[in-house]
Amino acid sequence: MDPDAGLPAQLARDLDASFPRLVAAHEDRLYTIALRLLGERRDAEEVAQDALVRAYRAMAGYPASRIAELRLGSWLASITVNLARNKRRRHVDRHPPLALEPIIAAGFDPPTDDRRGPETTAGRRETKRELADALLTLPPAVRAAVVLRHVDGLSVLETAAALGRPEGTIKAQVHRGLALLRTRLEARAVAGERHENRTSTPRRRAAAALEALP
Amino acid sequence: MTTSELTDRSLETSLRGLRTPAPEGLGFAALVETGLADVYAPIASPLGRAFVAWNGRGVSWISAAEPGEFETAFAAQVGRPIRPAAALPDRLARAIERRFGGDRRARVPLDLRGHTPFEVAVWTKALEIPRGEVRPYAWIAAEIGRPRAVRAVGTALAHNPVPLVVPCHRVVRSDGRLGQYSMGGPDAKRRVLGAEGVDAAALEREAAAGIRFVGSDTTHIVCHPTCRDARRVTDRHRVGFPSLGAAKAAGYRPCRHCRPVSVGRAA
Repeated sequence: MDPDAGLPAQLARDLDASFPRLVAAHEDRLYTIALRLLGERRDAEEVAQDALVRAYRAMAGYPASRIAELRLGSWLASITVNLARNKRRRHVDRHPPLALEPIIAAGFDPPTDDRRGPETTAGRRETKRELADALLTLPPAVRAAVVLRHVDGLSVLETAAALGRPEGTIKAQVHRGLALLRTRLEARAVAGERHENRTSTPRRRAAAALEALP
Repeated sequence: MTTSELTDRSLETSLRGLRTPAPEGLGFAALVETGLADVYAPIASPLGRAFVAWNGRGVSWISAAEPGEFETAFAAQVGRPIRPAAALPDRLARAIERRFGGDRRARVPLDLRGHTPFEVAVWTKALEIPRGEVRPYAWIAAEIGRPRAVRAVGTALAHNPVPLVVPCHRVVRSDGRLGQYSMGGPDAKRRVLGAEGVDAAALEREAAAGIRFVGSDTTHIVCHPTCRDARRVTDRHRVGFPSLGAAKAAGYRPCRHCRPVSVGRAA
């Protein structure tokens, strides 16, 4: 079932009356997309809110026929991904990046903290956080494909539409992303047994890894 | 589950587990930004504590009512969802305070959607009346090109959703009485005008004595009594007129600043 059934037609008929329904139906997923792309709650909140506002303003300028044909799932995702990309650029300008990729490739995988109790709530939360952190280490293009396809749950076709890339590229990027994630999580599990380190953010872990470089 | 046993299937399941509900208020904030909902917060006004409602398009409602009553009135008149906010955004609060202080250049965006073009024209014209001065309802009617709509001007001013920012208190009856005021009646109107330097009692006395316009026997220019030009005229040279016609007959021309108009029947 399409959760947006009839919504584009309603938005086309009366944007102001129907827009609150769009917000209720999509705020969680846009926040999730932004959060999993950026990693920071405050940034994600800003991006998701801004995405909704931009969607409204865009539709206010569209003819009704164009609104009625919108595929809200991928259209809203693409607005969110673009805003998150801009936010990350500004963030990178302010904070020169730590080159995480070569460090990990060199075998200095960031240590993680040691509170991993299997099958406990804390353990699940920990695994969830490790997965979220691992996502943030993926190259941005791959990360966006994985987040839209598997966190948000768009189809390959919708993901391709949202990111403006061919379906084949999306399939390859999702495949590569899952493989990278598996490698990262396995490396982390091993590293976690070696280290008693409680540093928490990927950035700090990367910084710790940098310290450890000869 | 150990991560080394991750299959694609379990990895995909775990990824779906990363879905996170948006923080409380995110969607509402987006609706406020687009102007489909409003928030409100208190502000200090010349009439004591007032509440200001606003959204991404501008200030939509000002009232001295207490929060519960404020929300009820807003819902009835405007019809959008509204929630309390901790405080006004700094820039907006400063601009409103400057407006309250009489600075007409302070930019206070207004959201006047849902009101008639006539009402908006009346309120926009009222914005031109400087602090310390008043004009009759008939003046607004004449200025907006609807000289016979004096009563409708009064009704529009009574429905002013943003009193004090749109200074409907500076519009009075042509017979010198202060007339109605949407934010607390004639006494409140007298108080706000007093704070702006208008001696309402003196104005009423003069009007009761039949003086509706004031001229200078040196310049032969006739004004509304509170016009800044009329207030500069010394008592020795001050001449009162019951009507614009009488002033014109005596050789006076209307002031170009306050543009006095003949008083219509309905005023």
